[in-house]
Amino acid sequence: MPIDEGLRSELSKSGIFTTTLESIYNWGRKNSVWPLQFGLACCAIEMIATSMARYDLARFGAEVFRPSPRQADLMIVAGTVTKKMAPQVVRLYNQMPEPKYVIAMGACAISGGPFKQGYNVLKGIDRYIPVDVHIPGCPPRPEALLHAFITLQQKIDAQTMRGPNRARHFDPDEPSEFPVPEFGEKDLVPSKNLSVWKPPVILREA
Amino acid sequence: MASDYSPNLFLAVFLFVALGFALTPVILSNLWSRFFSPAKPGPDKSAVYECGLESKGDAWIQFRSDYYLYGIIFLIFDVEIIFLFPFAVAFLDLSFGAFLAMMVFLLLLVEGLVWAWRKGVLTWR
Repeated sequence: MPIDEGLRSELSKSGIFTTTLESIYNWGRKNSVWPLQFGLACCAIEMIATSMARYDLARFGAEVFRPSPRQADLMIVAGTVTKKMAPQVVRLYNQMPEPKYVIAMGACAISGGPFKQGYNVLKGIDRYIPVDVHIPGCPPRPEALLHAFITLQQKIDAQTMRGPNRARHFDPDEPSEFPVPEFGEKDLVPSKNLSVWKPPVILREA
Repeated sequence: MASDYSPNLFLAVFLFVALGFALTPVILSNLWSRFFSPAKPGPDKSAVYECGLESKGDAWIQFRSDYYLYGIIFLIFDVEIIFLFPFAVAFLDLSFGAFLAMMVFLLLLVEGLVWAWRKGVLTWR
């Protein structure tokens, strides 16, 4: 139950600090996001630069890149997702424990990028897994990844434990796994997961 | 006054504190996960982690144990080399007794090598 803001400021004037379980929980969660150590292409170089001293992702509590999905909260899809790699990406996402988040980094990960017309590149990883933050750029600068990270932190902070805006892991009805595509005759089968991806509606003037 | 207490009492207190220190966070986090974070297992999530690839075959396979003999022989001669270096450096200043001792040491090791060789350990089957 959210505290009335007036009551809270009244209490803080007389030296009483009040908070909610929810804000403490979200504060802890947003400042200890551990990304999966997982790079697919050139964007991974920028991701590495972001985690190093100059851009210092550690300021946001996310410097611990975990080599196992069992210990990771955040998947940064950094680079071109080829159709050969897509099943592995989805499977890794499935193997991460809740609560989990995805940042699609760079033009390739969000849409296929310069290889969109190619036969072997997935046209955006959001066709298979729910992406929280998309970053454009080819590749995005480390500042862009930091910005995406701060955006994700804001998103985590706004999530509640009850109600319609609750985080995924509080909802028992949310699926724990997304279908892993398989190699078909011409394309991945299924070629998209319509429960997470809505095809863009193209409006043409008559 | 100083001898009023039993030293075992301290041990009991420390044991209690240590157990509480170790178990309280575990119990709290278990309670938290029971009420706030429902477990969602699934076939993929519970599968063996293999870099995103599906694992093939069984993880419980047998390794050949023959290698350990190679390992032991290598280790012995590796240590021998360490002894040979100071021996070679101080060779001209050594007394005859020291020289003899070193030769006996070498002889024992060479004897072991000959034994291992004749036993057929050095042949990989």
